[in-house]
Amino acid sequence: MTDAVSPSGTAPSARTLAIRASLRRRHLVEGLFRALGLAAIILALGFVTLLFADVLRKGVPAFMQSNLHLTVTFDPEVIDVGPAPARNTFTSEAEYSAASLKWQRDVALLNWNKIVETALREAAPAGTEIDTRQLLTVAETNARHQIREAFVADPSLLGRSVEIDVLASANADNWIKGNIDRALGDAQQQLSPAARALIDGFVADGTITTGFAWAVLTNTDSRAAPAAAGLLGAFFGSLWMMLIVIVLAVPIGVASAIYLEEFAPKSRLTDFIEVNINNLAAVPSIVFGLLGAAVFINYLHLPISAPIVGGLVLTLMTLPTIIIATRGALLGVSPALRQAALGMGASKTQMVFHHVLPVTFPSILTATILGVAHALGETAPLLLIGMKAFVASVPVSPLDQATALPVQIYLWQGNENRNFFEPRTAAAIMVLLAFMIVLNGIAIYLRSRLEKRA
Amino acid sequence: MNSLVVAALLLVLLGVAYSSGWSRSRALAGGGVKVHSRPQYHASYVAIWAMVPALLILGLWAFFGTGLTYNYLLAQIPPDTLSTLDPAALLLTVRRIEALASGYGAAGTVQAFEQAAAEALRTFQFMTFAGVVGLAAIAGFGALAYARSRITARQRARNAVERVIGIVLIACSAVAILTTLGIVVSLATEAFRFFTFIHPFDFFFGTVWAPDNAGGIEHPGKYGLIPLLVGTLMITAIAMLVAVPVGLMAAIYLSQYAPRQLRAVAKPAIEILAGIPTIVFGFFALVTVGPFLRDAGNAVGLSINATSALTAGVVMGIMIIPFVSSLSDDILNQVPRSLRDGAYGLGATQSETIRNVLLPAALPGIVGAFLLAVSRAIGETMIVVLAAGNSPVLRGNPFEPVATITVSIVNQLTGDTDFAGPQSLVGFALGLTLFVITLGLNIFALYIVRRFREQYE
Repeated sequence: MTDAVSPSGTAPSARTLAIRASLRRRHLVEGLFRALGLAAIILALGFVTLLFADVLRKGVPAFMQSNLHLTVTFDPEVIDVGPAPARNTFTSEAEYSAASLKWQRDVALLNWNKIVETALREAAPAGTEIDTRQLLTVAETNARHQIREAFVADPSLLGRSVEIDVLASANADNWIKGNIDRALGDAQQQLSPAARALIDGFVADGTITTGFAWAVLTNTDSRAAPAAAGLLGAFFGSLWMMLIVIVLAVPIGVASAIYLEEFAPKSRLTDFIEVNINNLAAVPSIVFGLLGAAVFINYLHLPISAPIVGGLVLTLMTLPTIIIATRGALLGVSPALRQAALGMGASKTQMVFHHVLPVTFPSILTATILGVAHALGETAPLLLIGMKAFVASVPVSPLDQATALPVQIYLWQGNENRNFFEPRTAAAIMVLLAFMIVLNGIAIYLRSRLEKRA
Repeated sequence: MNSLVVAALLLVLLGVAYSSGWSRSRALAGGGVKVHSRPQYHASYVAIWAMVPALLILGLWAFFGTGLTYNYLLAQIPPDTLSTLDPAALLLTVRRIEALASGYGAAGTVQAFEQAAAEALRTFQFMTFAGVVGLAAIAGFGALAYARSRITARQRARNAVERVIGIVLIACSAVAILTTLGIVVSLATEAFRFFTFIHPFDFFFGTVWAPDNAGGIEHPGKYGLIPLLVGTLMITAIAMLVAVPVGLMAAIYLSQYAPRQLRAVAKPAIEILAGIPTIVFGFFALVTVGPFLRDAGNAVGLSINATSALTAGVVMGIMIIPFVSSLSDDILNQVPRSLRDGAYGLGATQSETIRNVLLPAALPGIVGAFLLAVSRAIGETMIVVLAAGNSPVLRGNPFEPVATITVSIVNQLTGDTDFAGPQSLVGFALGLTLFVITLGLNIFALYIVRRFREQYE
């Protein structure tokens, strides 16, 4: 075989040309492949950006809300009720609470809508023609409760006029923000023409102003008064569950990781436990919900839709993550440290608890916070243990009915008043994500700090 | 109040026990004797001895106490009055007596027997509480004294304490096994009850899913798994079509091409996707991706439903990208450098090395990673609940709404804990199916990944 190497200085041979052509082709493929990789990165990052931008675009406007400034007159003719019972006129606490409950019931039965109506009519420009039902659609339905609560808290308001800010109704808020198409015909509009004209007038004369929507953060969920629906109850539900997860999952998880990694004899049983834990980490979360429904609720009769059950289910779900992370951290500790401790005469327990475990502390902490953050966002198992129920109170103990932030998001996205609840759902997502970002931020901060010190 | 007293007692007991063990040990050491264990072990030893009996007594009381008190209260109501009370009235009377006993009082006229019963109850509650706390204290301090007396220079307190620690550790690792056991047993028993209503053959091979939720046991409806399985697999396939190319190419670029600064930024940024709750993806699919796909379909003359297998699949694919990319990244990094250097030495370009050497070598591991991703997609719930349209009809068009196994579990089981009829029990049969499928995939995938790792170690 004779290789046709072209002598230097002459024109390139056919073979060289072929090689050059093939090289050009190969470099082109190389460039394309590389571009494809870069495109994949850009696509993935684009999804992240798009998701956040979408949630922000929808959610930020929901943090602003229309308020009505009303001058409310506590008219004695409408508020026709005796004075509130005083504690010292009753012999026992029970008698007093029965009497004061009766008084509050009497107060609740009064025609508070009349008060709201009068206040609205006073605020409206002179000569406004609007019937009562249409007029009341301007203010949110909780306005009457708000005014009643002001009276119950301070019965001396009777006969006086006070300035009170109430929420504009969800439909009014939609109209003001343009969430509903203003060009739609009367049949498709939620509000009557007269009410819409009144609202526009209120906005023009400053009776309705837009302010930060504190209701989202400080109120509990509400069905009758959508504009007043908030996340407080769900937030505390989530907080209780996280507390339970931290109190249970962390000690149990770290202890079992220590046992498996440091003490357990290498046997079939420990192999089985290891496989078992790895699989448990990959079991779909909804299966944990089924476990909770069957064992905690149906068998142990724990209260339905209570944070204790949710917390236990999430604990079981988080355990494998914490165990795996802790084992990884223990495995990473240098054998020199162990041998040094043992060489100085420490027992195995002393070596683990005095020397190995403190070194792994930053990793365990990070894994724990990430595991808890993950549990915080979990929805599916909570639906199966009844946390989907409508709860309008803040849970004061883990045995009370409650809901959780992700479940609240699920409930709100299904609300019929889409124009109003779609932004508010996005706002709830922002709160949830902010909560998770804070947790992750703490994890990163603590990790970097503790590692610097170690 | 009561729990405060108990907590105070336990804290005092703990403190006294620990310090008495400590001081005894120090006294021994101070005498110039060589003591086997360090003082904190003697202290812990005494503390454990003191706490166990006290906690045991208080625990027994917490468990049986309420029942005993209730029976005592019932015995205080005159028998002839008791026989006239129906359950609701009995409950009311009991509440009134308890309220009177607690000093809160009861509204309305208090009957004589109520007053008498309340006073008896108050005495009983006080006596039993004092008795139990006293007993716990005596047992605790008795055990303390005994344990303290056992402390000698040669006593192996450290070994005893370490044994207790070992038992606690073993108990903790049993929790993980108990969880698996609980899942298997609860799913299997409830699924078995379901199969007493519906024949397993009709469930696993039925092609119609039409549960009659109002029909009771007589008219349960039809429970064919096939439409749900097809829906699940269709969404999973679409998700993998999105996640695998993007995830794998991203991993290749990050691990082989990307400059260090880009890698340091892009890798965590992509992993943000993995930390976002699935309900957020569901919302994103429902309000943004679904309408977008529908409009895009209209623009090219395709009829795409806003909630469809495609919507759910695409968004689920986005969710799984970081899962695929970080697992593939790990696996690509495990391929020995010598293989790559060999290919470069033969004159291969970087992409040729990756395609012809790196990927074939990493293939088993990457397949394992994909299977893990598939298992995750099959078990995913919230995205499908919100964006797949929930239409359990057997059809092959990905542009139409579908239902999955997880969606049907949520639909059949939410809020309902009266597991009497097949309508709710089917949730457990579906859960068992889901569990077995994902478990099989996981075991197989972990086996492949482990084999791959061993190959290069």
